[in-house]
Order: sequence, then structure tokens, then C-alpha cells
Amino acid sequence: MTKTFIRYLPLLLLAVVWEMAARLGWVSSTALPPLTDVVRAWVDMLFDGELLRNSASSLYRIIGGLGLSIVIGTVLGISMAWWKPVNVLLAPIVEIFYPVPKSALIPVTVIWLGYGDGSKILLIFLGCMVPVTIGAFNGARASEQVMVWSARSMGASKLRVLWDVVMPGAMPELLNGIRTALALSFILLVSSELIVAQKGFGYLIGSLGAGGSYDAMYAVVLTVAFLGFAADRIYLAITRRTLAWRAMS
Amino acid sequence: MTKDAQETQETRETIHGVPEMLGRLAWRLIWGFARIFSIVALLAAWEILARSHTFTPFQLPALSAVLERIWSDAESGDLAINTALTLYRALAGFLISAVGGIAIGMAMSRNAAANWFFDPIVSVGFPMPKIAFLPVVILWLGVYDTAKVTIIVVDAIFPVIAATVIAIQGVERELIWSARNMGASNRQLLHQVILPAALPQIMTGLQVAMPLSLIVAVVAEMLMGGYGLGGAMMTASRFANSTSVFAGIVEIAVIGYVLIKAMTVIRRRLLIWHPEANAPATA
Repeated sequence: MTKTFIRYLPLLLLAVVWEMAARLGWVSSTALPPLTDVVRAWVDMLFDGELLRNSASSLYRIIGGLGLSIVIGTVLGISMAWWKPVNVLLAPIVEIFYPVPKSALIPVTVIWLGYGDGSKILLIFLGCMVPVTIGAFNGARASEQVMVWSARSMGASKLRVLWDVVMPGAMPELLNGIRTALALSFILLVSSELIVAQKGFGYLIGSLGAGGSYDAMYAVVLTVAFLGFAADRIYLAITRRTLAWRAMS
Repeated sequence: MTKDAQETQETRETIHGVPEMLGRLAWRLIWGFARIFSIVALLAAWEILARSHTFTPFQLPALSAVLERIWSDAESGDLAINTALTLYRALAGFLISAVGGIAIGMAMSRNAAANWFFDPIVSVGFPMPKIAFLPVVILWLGVYDTAKVTIIVVDAIFPVIAATVIAIQGVERELIWSARNMGASNRQLLHQVILPAALPQIMTGLQVAMPLSLIVAVVAEMLMGGYGLGGAMMTASRFANSTSVFAGIVEIAVIGYVLIKAMTVIRRRLLIWHPEANAPATA
């Protein structure tokens, strides 16, 4: 308990400095509203439902885009590692698509699917597919050849080997790729919502900022930042469980 | 080895010459073709789809039209200005993150107080979507280069710090002990033992920070306006000029490709003494 307290004390100090800087007039209170005002604004928004409405649509977009990219990216990555022709066909495309800064796709997804959920889901899907595919590919390719041979020689069918040997072997790298994708999905979500949207966190931040209610804007910014952090921590906890069997080896 | 196998082995060695070279050449040609085949097919599909009126030119302008637009941008000089500005911002942000991140990471692994202060900030800040702070940065610093570079640094510095800390922790104790034993000073130890040994992982952190800098540079330009490739794309999309939007994507993609390849080359150069330089490169 004390240990956790000492560990996170710097964050508390920062919060205190923030409050003092705003209260004592070191900086203008428009640029930095006091933390207590921000908390009050957050509670207000929570009760009038504005925060929940917008977070629901943001979460829907993340789950949709990330979910699609995990399913399709995993299938692509493992097929690329398992069937040579698929690799020959897809590897060059992955290679040229990989370095594209995904945020450049924001205006195009809007041209294709408009201002609503569709364009955000497509953007998150396209952006997150790359790390998932590469993770699945590297993981599946690295699966031990000896294990594959033994399973084959003991009479396992090709598909059986794929499912029972290659998939578990690919897990650590795949899960790592998904973690990258998770972080990327929040970045893409917030950027696209800041630029063009009618609801969601990014939209809320933009419209509150334009309306001059900076305490509420800070509240939403901190909420998004916290959600991104929490999502990563929850994901890590789940991964550790999933990979617990590896600790034996 | 049976006698038969031995014979084939010998015959194979005797025809070691012109035919094999031709065979290898043919194989390389086929392989090279296979490598670019899908890219060519993709580009052809783009052109054909666009010309077949399945989509309106607004939804999917033809590849030839997009290339023409890039060419005319290049001729008018807009392309050079926008590219230079975007590159300048992304690279300035990247360099500040690199220097600052390595410095903070080193301070954290050598100084308990620095570690106490920065550790929770890094562990909480790293997974956060820092791009959400963009409006706050605008509020503080306006919409010009300072603000754009600042948000890039805020995003790109965390992977560098984290990689540096992990890299220095991972340096083998034996290396440090032997250097100390041979009378290395603190400075020598840092410059000649710890930093080189930590370099591969620090490079990995930099290789994460580079594309991130470009992603954030583009978003910042889109949101804050002004010159730059992101800003130009946003202006084009406001005027429903989708040819220019697609041209922007191609231009940004090329920059991203060049920067990432450059990082790979730098890595290979810097780590030429490291065993990994001899290992086959992965995708």
C-alpha cells in the first residue's frame, strides 16, 4: 500500500502543482483550469449523459474496427506463413502498405463512407490490420519446424497441425501485435473524431474547446487518456493469463 | 550416402557452370516478377475500376489522374514546399524525442530520484493516446510549428524512453564488471560499454518513434491547417477535390516508405559489429 503510494506520488505531485498553478494564477485559468473544476465538469457531464453517449459511440467504433482487424489480420498473417503462394501474393502489398502513416487515410475513408461510424471503423480496421498481420506472420513462421514435423509424422492432418501447433506457437507474437494495434486504434479513433465527426470523444473535445468550456474539454481529454491506459493494462492482464502455459517451458 | 546418390551428386557438380547460372538467373527473374506482380495487379485494378465507372471519380479517381496531379503539384513547386514542411516538422519532433528520450532513459537508469519521478509518468503515459492532448497544445501554443512539433514530441518520446530504460537494464552485468575491473571511469563505461551494448534496443525504440512522428505530424497538420502535406489534403477534401486527396496519400506514403527504409539502413550501419547484422533481415 505505502509502496504503491510512493510509486505513484509523482503523479499526485503533478496534480497538486496543476491545481496550485491554476488557483494561484501562475498561468491563465483558460489555458489551465484548476483540476477540481475539471473534476466537477466531468461529474456534470457524466450525469447529463453526454459523456456516456459519446463514449458509447467511440467504443463501438474501436470494437468494430479492432475486432475486424484482429480476425482478418490473424487469418492473413497465418496463411502467409503457412502457404507460400499467399505469401508471394500478399507480402509485397503488406510491405508497401506498412510504412504508410495511417492518419493520411482519414480524408479518404470520409470520402468513401461519410462522416459517421463507417469511416472510423474502416480507418481503424485498415490501420490495425498491419501490426496484427505482421505479428501473426512472424509468430507462425517462427513456430518450431521440429514440432510441426513430429505432429505430422504422428499422423496429424495439415489443418490439425495448423490449429494445434502453429496457432499456439504464434500466440505470443500475435498478442504483441494486437497490443500495438490496440494503442494505434485509440490514436486513429481520436484523430479521426477530432478532424471529422458528429459524436464520439474527439468530437466532444473539439466542440467543447470551440465553445470555450475548457474545464469540460480537459475532463474529456483526461477520460480518453485514462481509457487508453486502462485498455492496455486490462489487455496485458488477459495476455498474461492466456500465455500462462508458456511459463512452464 | 548410397552409390546412386553419390553419382548424382557428382553429375550435379560437373554441370556446375553456364546452365546453372542461367537457371539461377531465370529463377531470380521469376522471383522478382512474383514480388512485384501483386503490386502491379493492385495498381492495374485501381486504374480499371476507376475507368469502368463502377465508382464515381469522386470516390475513386483514376491512378493516372492522381499521378498527373502529383506531377503538376511538383511542377508548380507546391509539392516541394509541402513535403519540406511536413518532413521538417516530423524530423524535428523525432530528433527532439530521440535526444530527450535517450537522455531521460539514461537518467532514469542511473539516478534513483529521476527513476522515482519519471517511472510512473512513463508507465502511465506510454499507453495513453496522447494525440487527445492536441487541442490542449493548440490552446497553449497556437497552431504554428511550435505546437505541431510539441505534439509530435509528446507522442514520440515515450517509446524512446521505454526502450532506453529496458536496453540499459538488459546490458550484461559481466560486461560492466569486467570494464570496471579494468579501470574504466564512469564516462568510459557509459560511452564504450553501456551505450553500445544498449544500442540495438534503443534503435528499436527509435524505429517505433519514427513512423509515429509522421503519423502525428500528418494529424497535427490536418487539424491545425497551414502548409504541409496533411494541411493540403484537408484543404483538398474541403473542396471535394478527391484527386488531390489521393495524391496526398501517395505522397505521404512515399515519404513514410523512404523514412522507414532509411531507419533500417542506419540500423544496419550502426550495428554492423553486432551479430544481428549478419542475420537475415525480416520483413
